[in-house]
Amino acid sequence: MIENRRGFDLFCHAVLILGVLLVVFPVYIAFCAATMSDAEVFSVPLSLVPSTHLFENIVNIWTHGSGNAAAPFGHMLLNSLVMALVISIGKISISMLSAYAIVFFRFPFKNLAFWLIFITLMLPVEVRIFPTVQVVSSMHLSNTYAGLTLPLIASATATFLFRQFFMTLPDELMEAARIDGAGALRFLWDVVLPLSKTNIAALFVITFIYGWNQYLWPILITSDQSLQTAVVGIKSMIASGDTATEWHLVMTATLLAMLPPLAVVLTMQRWFVRGLVDSEK
Amino acid sequence: MSSRKLLAGAFSVAAILAFGASQAQAATEIQFWHAMESALGERVNDIANDFNASQSDYKIVPVFKGSYDQTMAAGIAAYRSGNAPAILQVYEVGTATMIQAKKAVIPVSDVFKQAGVPLDEKAFVPTIASYYSDSKTGHLISMPFNSSTPVLYYNKDAFQKAGIDPTHPPKTWGELEADAKKLKAAGMCGYSSGWQSWIQLENYSAWHGVPFASKNNGFDGTDAVLEFNKPLQVAHIQFLQNMAKEGTFTYVGRKDEAVSKFYSGDCAILTNSSGSLANIKKYAKFNFGTGMMPYDESVKGAPQNAIIGGASLWVLSGKDPATYKGVAKFLAYLSSPAVAAKWHQDTGYLPVTTAAYELTQKQGFYEKNPGADTAIKQMLNKPPLPFTKGLRLGNMPQIRTIVDEELEQVWAQKKSPKDALDSAASRGDDLLRRFEKAGS
Amino acid sequence: MEKRSRFNTSLLPYLLVAPQLAITALFFLWPAGEALWQATQSQDAFGTSSEFVGLANFKQIFTDPLYLSSFNTTIIFCTLVTVSGLVISLLLAACADRVTRGRKLYQTLLIWPYAVAPAIAAVLWSFLFNPSIGLVTYALAKYGIVWNHALNGSQAMFLVVLASVWKQVSYNFLFFYAGLQAIPRSLIEAAAIDGAGPVRRFFGIALPLLSPTSFFLLTVNVVYAFFDTFPVIDAATGGGPAQSTKTLIYKIFAEGFQGLDIGSSGAQSVVLMVIVVALTVLQFRFIERRVQYS
Repeated sequence: MIENRRGFDLFCHAVLILGVLLVVFPVYIAFCAATMSDAEVFSVPLSLVPSTHLFENIVNIWTHGSGNAAAPFGHMLLNSLVMALVISIGKISISMLSAYAIVFFRFPFKNLAFWLIFITLMLPVEVRIFPTVQVVSSMHLSNTYAGLTLPLIASATATFLFRQFFMTLPDELMEAARIDGAGALRFLWDVVLPLSKTNIAALFVITFIYGWNQYLWPILITSDQSLQTAVVGIKSMIASGDTATEWHLVMTATLLAMLPPLAVVLTMQRWFVRGLVDSEK
Repeated sequence: MSSRKLLAGAFSVAAILAFGASQAQAATEIQFWHAMESALGERVNDIANDFNASQSDYKIVPVFKGSYDQTMAAGIAAYRSGNAPAILQVYEVGTATMIQAKKAVIPVSDVFKQAGVPLDEKAFVPTIASYYSDSKTGHLISMPFNSSTPVLYYNKDAFQKAGIDPTHPPKTWGELEADAKKLKAAGMCGYSSGWQSWIQLENYSAWHGVPFASKNNGFDGTDAVLEFNKPLQVAHIQFLQNMAKEGTFTYVGRKDEAVSKFYSGDCAILTNSSGSLANIKKYAKFNFGTGMMPYDESVKGAPQNAIIGGASLWVLSGKDPATYKGVAKFLAYLSSPAVAAKWHQDTGYLPVTTAAYELTQKQGFYEKNPGADTAIKQMLNKPPLPFTKGLRLGNMPQIRTIVDEELEQVWAQKKSPKDALDSAASRGDDLLRRFEKAGS
Repeated sequence: MEKRSRFNTSLLPYLLVAPQLAITALFFLWPAGEALWQATQSQDAFGTSSEFVGLANFKQIFTDPLYLSSFNTTIIFCTLVTVSGLVISLLLAACADRVTRGRKLYQTLLIWPYAVAPAIAAVLWSFLFNPSIGLVTYALAKYGIVWNHALNGSQAMFLVVLASVWKQVSYNFLFFYAGLQAIPRSLIEAAAIDGAGPVRRFFGIALPLLSPTSFFLLTVNVVYAFFDTFPVIDAATGGGPAQSTKTLIYKIFAEGFQGLDIGSSGAQSVVLMVIVVALTVLQFRFIERRVQYS
């Protein structure tokens, strides 16, 4: 801060506090609703003070599920976890390998490979959603973890980020490795990988959340209730048929579904912020 | 006995047991994909378990696949990749799509015939069976399972508070408007409705003995055109638009959103599916009653009969004869009087056979549960006319969405009823032509 | 690309790119081709009869006034989400850059919505605005405002924009804040000595220096608004009322999944593909020019 302007500072604090309140408000209400019984949650207006049924709601939704989502929510959380982990680990691995090959090697058809991979940046899954569903079911992968995760693993954003980063690595590094007699794989494992830690951390957060929050793809590729993921499950708890929505259970489920990605963001906040912002430059 | 004979004896016993065990394990598994959620799904599981326990040749495996949309899409995707379920539950508006897919579907009457299992098609309630039968031969194409009609619910306590006789639900639309006005004067929301296309246009047309589309509502051919923009229906939508303007009719959504407005005590008059009875009973903290759908007394012949909503069971092709025999037996089991009656009583869906209806009457169910027979009475009100048997229109789910969109503009006072219905009919006709072409 | 040292091993690079190429071919290129093919077909829902109809499906969608109006809806929606998302987050970032106390806390509290799925954001806000039991609905009624987004198109649009922006502000805030922090102190001090107040310094120095970040965020937000907001619309309004929140992507889903009309949804997908390719080419051209590799 350069000069001291009380009024302006107060204004800024006020703006920030307002921002935080708006950001936190829906989640606070969700928390209140999650602690209520079904009679309490339907009363208008909703009380702003939490009630006492949180634990029993958690147990209820974990083991029984609700509404259209017939599977127990605990199982859905597990599905989401598997999906998010497989996608993030898979994506980071193959993207790193591809980016490494593209940046550090000279080989015929390299440009073709480069463009084939980057063309996928132009085709988010929603644009080719129905044919992708048909391709996956013709491979008999619908209603499998493989079908849920594989098509989402190869998008080029991670490859792109790695490529940008690798291109900032000075030539001297590679020269030094050559002089030491290290081969390509050695160089990757001993030098490039450790240097990429921040990027990997940032990418892990991004891809984990990307995998956890998937919505359209799981809807189309799985119809088996046992494979339903948490985010999709919550939407289908909102009844559109003859039964009523159990909002207190729905809110409990949303809180549970928000926890893992939140934990990932908060614990890796430092690297995530640094890696994400640095690699954009 | 010598030890050798003993050993031989033991071996034979073991062999027979093993053989017997493998025979029992060879029960043909039959997949049954459905969209019956929570409590309804549990009833389906009970029925399947009972059937499986009653014999050892076939095992029905019910699988819940989500909403009607999702279940149908799942069934189609499975068929396209070669592993379709034998039985698929499809909502009533998907009927035309299923009938068009001649290679993918086996008509139920054929399934029974080829399996050698008797099927008494006359046992079904005529207006329910006709929805799912071949218009030329009269034979069943799909199996009626869960059907409902629109029903009127009203809040007796609110009526009392507004000075209306709580024992008299409004019978005509005129009475409904008068009642809603009194309710509004007493500070309450008057009337709301769910499933507007199904209730205010499809059923309104049938209840007043007029067609919804040409070719007998599409039964006689895929070259039908929509006819719900005729003066009678336009007048009804105009009537509702006026109510919306006055504030006596509140629109809250395309599906079931109105039900929660009713049982929370907000709106005192509701028209919705007969299947909502269970929910209303559970959540309403006031006295309520049911009544038949309102009608316009100025129309000659009204009220005629109601047409159903809900779904039916379809048999998909590509399986072996043993599977189809099991399917036929299961479907016969479903429509046996005791099973059909219990399903009706547990869920609020209509009894699909007359025998189930009579059995329920005999058991005194309707005395103990007043209002549970309103739906079936509406179905049996009068013998159906050729164009009040139901609907058989292609792309019907999208047509319903179009009607929803146009009516929403009417309630928001943005479009006149005539313009909205004309627009809906013309957009819907485009879809009907696309459907006609796709099947050719 | 400038000259740099590289490895020359022959088989290894192929092995390294193979996994990604395989998945790309199977799950990107093949389906994209299928979409192109299906757009030229007239099929029944089960795919048992299929007929080549050339460009008829395209003709049908471009002469459908509702398809064209969904372009309109999409543009309005995208603009609202992008502009409000960027402006609000910029304001928050500028204030966070300004204050000295509680910075870390503000940053943590403002970035966590990034972790929330768009579908869940929609569920949370739909609950608050539920026409029957919503808390905000109740509060608005006290002021005489009747909230019914099932009936009022503008209210429906407001709701989906709100849920979409609420989630995206944290992502934008992160980048803007980092961008502001990276501005050299010397520049700011010099301007202060020259007598420029904080507001002038912001518009004169910070904003221009933030332009690469702003452009990057602009493209990210536009793509987000185009595609990732599908769950928001599905969970909150279902495209209604009367198509007022039916964006291009939602239409593809509605026609393909609920309407089971593969031809029409295929044609719409192809159109969307063309739009996205154009956007990406633009983005690449602009960003590549501004990026420096040291």
